[in-house]
Amino acid sequence: MIPYIACVLLFLIGLYVVISKRNLIKIVIGFSLIEYAVNLFFALVGFKKGALAPIITSGEQVRMGVARNFVDPIPQALVLTAIVIGLSTTALMLSLALRLYEKYKTFDISEIRRLKG
Amino acid sequence: MLELYLLLAVMLASALVASETKNLLAAAVALGLVGFSVAIMFILVQAPDLAIVQIVVETLTVVIFTAVILRTTEVDTTVLGSGLKMETAMFVAAFLAFGGLFLALIVGVLRELPRFGEPVMRVAQEYVQLGLERTGAANIVAAIILDFRGYDTLGEATVLFTAVVGVLTVLRLAARKKPGEF
Amino acid sequence: MKGMSLIVQVITRLMAGILLLYGGYITLHGHLTPGGGFAGGVLIAAALILVSLAFGSVEQVERREYILSSIFESSGGVLFIGLALAGYVVVDSFFRNAGLYYLGQPLQLVSGGIIPLANIAIMLKVGAGLFAIFLALGASRFVMRE
Repeated sequence: MIPYIACVLLFLIGLYVVISKRNLIKIVIGFSLIEYAVNLFFALVGFKKGALAPIITSGEQVRMGVARNFVDPIPQALVLTAIVIGLSTTALMLSLALRLYEKYKTFDISEIRRLKG
Repeated sequence: MLELYLLLAVMLASALVASETKNLLAAAVALGLVGFSVAIMFILVQAPDLAIVQIVVETLTVVIFTAVILRTTEVDTTVLGSGLKMETAMFVAAFLAFGGLFLALIVGVLRELPRFGEPVMRVAQEYVQLGLERTGAANIVAAIILDFRGYDTLGEATVLFTAVVGVLTVLRLAARKKPGEF
Repeated sequence: MKGMSLIVQVITRLMAGILLLYGGYITLHGHLTPGGGFAGGVLIAAALILVSLAFGSVEQVERREYILSSIFESSGGVLFIGLALAGYVVVDSFFRNAGLYYLGQPLQLVSGGIIPLANIAIMLKVGAGLFAIFLALGASRFVMRE
């Protein structure tokens, strides 16, 4: 239970940064924190105490009837693509922030709203 | 599982540093520290695929942040340091109240999940026992993302392509400076 | 984009080949050891970013690099869709593993049907795409004035 609550705390810290900060780069950092929290939560759901990583290594496990004691592989498969998608989303948000800086010469969102007219 | 709890504490502490510091480069480095502790936690939970991808993606994220920060407003943030203390304190208090309510409701939901360390592997049992003879691949996670659930990988390739096209389109317009063009 | 000092250039000249080789190794053994197409692709993008940062580049070179990475990314996407359609043509439905099971034993390098080829397609797509994103964000100003 305690690791799950720590993931929810990280999610709440990221949400606080997105809502209350006025600097665009800080807001993008907050979005990254939210994504890390969700990925970590998924990976922690599939953990099994005393089990191994889901890779068949030695020759004896290739046979059919042997029972394999593996960690749940489905949450790992879902998180694997989510990590790369998180990187591309962060890059797209940073490119928008860069474009806003080149037009208004500031990262402060109150200044941008005032200058937009 | 003492290492897991220590790493969770390090992760939360550096997330707090990343949100409060005035120096933008320090915030990017603290974000890198959060990512690396998440990667080590992936190793402790027996997920080596995720650990490799998380370490490399984290390095690239910090590099991209630093490239953007050094190209624009060099170091410092533009938020006022002092002043407006009362407003900030009231906002923090309101958010703490909301956070407490959120946590109280979430704990009720988290009790319904299986205990940490004993998952219910109903669908995964079939993938684990029959994965090698149905696909021929020894890495079961690779067999899942490329054979059993290949549509998810197709969706991820589409999202990556859309992000690349989006970045190149947004930053292309920044190069035109002549009046009359948008 | 300027280059960096002499020490960084010497070390990059030694390490760039090893990094690219390691990215290819992780991708090709993706069905036997942890890793796969995503990890190998991001590693190759990181190696190319290292070379581009350490030696600097001018506008002509960046334009050529941008065109080349577009070609590689599109070919990776087309290869992935082609493999999915091959399942439709050869077996019976879209995205079915199109066989070749008789080639190789389990736990060898040649095994697993389509899975190594799909890993190579994902590596091309992810690597070239992330390098193009970095070129747009960190390179010189007028790189895409076409």
